[in-house]
Amino acid sequence: MQRYSGFGLAKHALSHHENWERQWRNPTPKKQYDVVIVGGGGHGLATAYYLAKEHGITNVAVVEKGWLGGGNTARNTTIVRSNYLWDESAALYEHSMKLWEGLSQDLNYNVMFSQRGVMNLAHTLQDMRDVQRRVNANRLNGIDSEVLTPEQIQAIVPVMDCSKNARYPILGASWQPRAGVARHDAVAWGFARAADALGVDILQNTEVTGFKIRDGRIYGVHTNRGDIEAKTVGCVAAGNSGVLAKMAGFRLPLESHPLQALVSEPLKPVLDTVVMSNHVHGYISQTDKGDLVIGAGIDGYNGYGQRGSYPTVEHTLQAVIEMFPIFSRVRMNRQWGGIVDTCPDACPILSATPVKGLYFNCGWGTGGFKATPGSGHVFAWTLAKNQAHPIAAPFSINRFHTGALVDEHGAAGVAH
Amino acid sequence: MLHIYCPYCEELREEEEFHPKGQAHITRPADPDACSDEEWGDYLFFRDNPRGIHHEMWVHAIGCRKFFNVTRNTVTYEILETYPMGEQPRFTAEYPEGKPADQLNDAQQEPSRQEGVHV
Ligand SMILES: Cc1cc2nc3c(=O)[nH]c(=O)nc-3n(C[C@H](O)[C@H](O)[C@H](O)COP(=O)(O)OP(=O)(O)OC[C@H]3O[C@@H](n4cnc5c(N)ncnc54)[C@H](O)[C@@H]3O)c2cc1C
Ligand SMILES: [Zn+2]
Repeated sequence: MQRYSGFGLAKHALSHHENWERQWRNPTPKKQYDVVIVGGGGHGLATAYYLAKEHGITNVAVVEKGWLGGGNTARNTTIVRSNYLWDESAALYEHSMKLWEGLSQDLNYNVMFSQRGVMNLAHTLQDMRDVQRRVNANRLNGIDSEVLTPEQIQAIVPVMDCSKNARYPILGASWQPRAGVARHDAVAWGFARAADALGVDILQNTEVTGFKIRDGRIYGVHTNRGDIEAKTVGCVAAGNSGVLAKMAGFRLPLESHPLQALVSEPLKPVLDTVVMSNHVHGYISQTDKGDLVIGAGIDGYNGYGQRGSYPTVEHTLQAVIEMFPIFSRVRMNRQWGGIVDTCPDACPILSATPVKGLYFNCGWGTGGFKATPGSGHVFAWTLAKNQAHPIAAPFSINRFHTGALVDEHGAAGVAH
Repeated sequence: MLHIYCPYCEELREEEEFHPKGQAHITRPADPDACSDEEWGDYLFFRDNPRGIHHEMWVHAIGCRKFFNVTRNTVTYEILETYPMGEQPRFTAEYPEGKPADQLNDAQQEPSRQEGVHV
């Protein structure tokens, strides 16, 4: 792998940047791999990377039906935080946060992780109580978390309407200073490049169309480019997980919904943190390029069309403009949707399945981007050892039969 | 914006008057105490999540406030039919063009049900 550095940049400038090496190979599928990962989003690529790096398992293929990061990985609003309520999820997201903090160096790829702080607003007394409870829980778990007063909020975000007469009065907020945003496609590319360098085959335009199962055990996948054998298969297919589960003969406690986001024309710097409001289903940040990135809530119905409904986005924009009257004349450039796999307890599934050797990593719903490195890390461990990583163990699919749900609706329901 | 035909109001109305309420035709176990953990968990949490034809419940929340069923394609979002609670769909994954006439009951043949068809 050609290492990236400031020196390299200067050197390549001499040849007009025309001789950079390709970031990853485009190999022909082999007949057999030790592990096949289905889904080349951030989570799948991270899984492959950590399998190779931490467990020395390099005979691995990542099978992706489209292009890398064409799923939710590069459709999200890039918020990264770890201030979840329950111990189980706090451990998972904080594990990920620690990996984010060293990720650009680890991958030798600038993922533009920017710890600009994330604020979750409280508009009602109940919101405020929930914020206090969650902040206390975070601190007990060693996660940086504070309660902000309206005055403190106004000082951090001068353009927000924090007045008493606001349509959605701001009573306070939770604040995680280490939280922030990252460049989502760079995350997919960075993991892909680093995994490829360790020998992982990344197979784009390769769709899994079925599983090879004998006596309740997996031994490979069918794809549109031929069969591939593997004794261990990890499915990391976000919104399409239910479709894959059906191919393998079981159901998941998931429903796929469209979730949408939009970006504006670029503006001068005006917002240097991330503001989220669960109550009115809106969250907003500004990219380094200057665009406002706005995320909405999910459409209530199941859907696989990668677009969101008009009433949903209208509702979000109404709320955003009430909170930020200064944005009322900003024009929006693009709008899109991604298909999120929501779980009844708003927590992911990292689990073995009724088919031996077949594992699923899904159910991240509206909020899995922040978990990308952590999810890949613990899932790789699980695949390598055929046993759930201690952080992943509470997220087994069995919890929907034992009743040990991890109810994160308060921290994750609409927030991302 | 979806336009949905409420089988009770007998009118096409805009999506915003309705709320989706999840998969249709899930029957509550007659004797919950007799269920195993698996059966009860399946009933509560596990769902079909198809790409394509799906049967779901909707409520006409700011109209007549009644629940009814919708057969909808989850990829194209086309609504193939809406029908009252307690009835069975005409369009299914097995019969995407509609069940043959000899498999339909009288109510299902009524023309008003067709008016709900909308892209
Ligand atoms: C609008 C929007 C905003 C969001 N905002 C945030 C946020 O601010 N913060 C946050 O933490 N999270 C956010 N999320 C959620 C986050 O994007 C996802 O949880 C996360 O990216 C999931 O990553 P993944 O790698 O599992 O999925 P994906 O990136 O969707 O990857 C799955 C891949 O599987 C492939 N695939 C599917 N079926 C097959 C098949 N049969 N064969 C081969 N390949 C297949 C798909 O093509 C896809 O590339 C948001 C999501 C959306 C849509
Ligand atoms: Zn009605």
